Amino acid sequence: MTSLTQPFLSVDALHKAFVLHGQGGMTLEVMRDLSLTLSPGECLVLSGPSGIGKSTLLKMLHGSYRVTGGTLRLHFEDGDLSLDTLPAHAWHTLRRDVIGYVSQFLRVVPRVPAVEVVMEPLLARGVDEAEARARAEAMLARLNLPERLWSLPPGTFSGGEQQRVNIARGFIAEHPLLLLDEPTASLDAANREVVVQLIQEAKARGAALLGIFHDEDVRDRVADRLLPLTTHMGAAIAPTAADEEVR
Amino acid sequence: MKRPDLDRATLLEARGVSRLYGPGKGCEAIDIRLHRGEVLGIVGESGSGKSTLLRLLAGMERPDAGQVVYHSAAAQGRDGAGHEGELDLYAIGEARRRALLRMEWGLVHQNPRDGLRLGVSAGANIGERLMALGERHYGQLRAAGQDWMGRVELDPRRIDDAPKTFSGGMQQRLQIARTLVTRPNLVFMDEPTGGLDVSVQARLLDMLRTLVRELGLSVILVTHDLAVARLLAHRLMVMRRGQVVETGLTDQILDDPQHAYTQLLVSSVLTP
Repeated sequence: MTSLTQPFLSVDALHKAFVLHGQGGMTLEVMRDLSLTLSPGECLVLSGPSGIGKSTLLKMLHGSYRVTGGTLRLHFEDGDLSLDTLPAHAWHTLRRDVIGYVSQFLRVVPRVPAVEVVMEPLLARGVDEAEARARAEAMLARLNLPERLWSLPPGTFSGGEQQRVNIARGFIAEHPLLLLDEPTASLDAANREVVVQLIQEAKARGAALLGIFHDEDVRDRVADRLLPLTTHMGAAIAPTAADEEVR
Repeated sequence: MKRPDLDRATLLEARGVSRLYGPGKGCEAIDIRLHRGEVLGIVGESGSGKSTLLRLLAGMERPDAGQVVYHSAAAQGRDGAGHEGELDLYAIGEARRRALLRMEWGLVHQNPRDGLRLGVSAGANIGERLMALGERHYGQLRAAGQDWMGRVELDPRRIDDAPKTFSGGMQQRLQIARTLVTRPNLVFMDEPTGGLDVSVQARLLDMLRTLVRELGLSVILVTHDLAVARLLAHRLMVMRRGQVVETGLTDQILDDPQHAYTQLLVSSVLTP
C-alpha cells in the first residue's frame, strides 16, 4: 500500500561505511544504495535480520551517524531540507522540533527523576513547567508506570520500566517525524498495546514514522508498509589499504 | 509544515588562532564558531592544548596569531571599538577586555579556590559581580545571594559562612552561583567537575544541565571526561597536539567517530 500524499522524507541511494582505524583501516560497509520515501501519517517498518543496518539508518536520519553517500531530504511546504549536508548546529533545533527518536535503551542521567526525563523535550521548547509536568505525568500514567516511581531517577528501574520512560519521552513532544528503534522490545502485552495506540495517534495527527519492531503482532498492526533491508546490502566487509594515522 | 529556521546567530568566533609554546605545545590555527544557546565541548587529553585554547578564547591570553571575535548585541556604539556588533577581543584595550569578562562573560575554574574569595562570606562572593554591575542595595544583594545559594543547592542559611568552611563540591557550586548570578551571555568552564568525587559530580552535572536550559546559556566547556561531555555538550571539538582533529554533534563524535585519534579516544573509555 503506498500513500497518495506527498512524501515528507526521501532517502536516495544511501550509503554507509565505517572505517575502523584501530583495525588497520578496515572498511565495514553496512549499507549500500538504500532508497525510500515516507509520507505524513504513514508508518514504514524496517525489517530484516539483526546487523543488517536498520538502527544505522535511523541513526543517520537522527544525525547521530554521518552519511557516507547518498541524500536524505525532508520536504516542507516552502522547500526541501537536505539532512546530509546540514551543519552540526542546525541539528539542535531540528531534533527539538522536527525529528524525534525513541532509542532502544534509556540513557540515564544520574539524579534526574523519571518525570523530568519525560518533561525535558517540552521544557526545551519553552513549555511552561507546570504544563510539562502535567503532560509527562499523564503520559507515564498511560504507560502504567507506578506513580511512586515518577520522582525517582530511572537508573534502578527494570528494563521494561526504563523503556516506558523512554517511550513517554519520545512521544510527548509529538515530532512530525518519529524514529522508533524497537520501542516495544521489553514490554508486556498491556504496555505494547499502549505503544500501538500512541503510534496510531501519531499517524492520525499526520506524523511520519519509521520504525523497527521485532514483535510481529505489533508490526502488523502499525505498519502501512514493510521495507526489507536484506536487498540493500553489499558485501559486509571490504578491507582497504593500511592505515597510517595514530597508534 | 513550513521549513524550520535552523540557523542560530554566532556568539563567539576564533579565526586562525594560534599560541605555541613549542612544537605541538599550545594550539595552532584554530577556527571555532559558537552559536547562541549552544554548549560547545572541547575534549582531548592533557597537553592537547584545550586549556590554552580556553584562555585565548576567554580573553586571558593573547594569541600569537589570529582573532577572537565576540558578537555582542551591545558591542556597537559603546566605545566604537566594534563594528556591526563585532568585537575583536585583542584589538580592544585591556580595561575593556576585563570589563567584558566581568560584565558579560563568566568563567568557572576547575579549582573553585581560583574563582572564589575564600576569606569573605558566601553571600559576598555571590554579590561581588552584581556590585561590579552597579547593584548597591544591601537587601537586594542579600536576596540574590540567598536565591542563588538555593539554586545551586546550598543551604541559604550558610550565606554568612566563608567558603573555606565548605566542602569541595559545595565550593564548586558556590563558584557557579557567583559566576551565573549576573546572567552572563557567555560562560567558559574549565573541567568544572574535575576535582570532585563521582557522587558530587553527578549532582553538579544535573544542576549545570538545568541552569544551561533555564538561562539559555552559551557555554564553552573544556573537559577530558567524555561522559561529562556527553551529558553537557551539544557539539564537540576534539583536540590533539594543539590541533582540532574532528568536530561534530556530541553523539556523532562519540558514536560515529571519523578520525583515527577520536576512535582511539572513544574506544579507550571504560564503561562500568
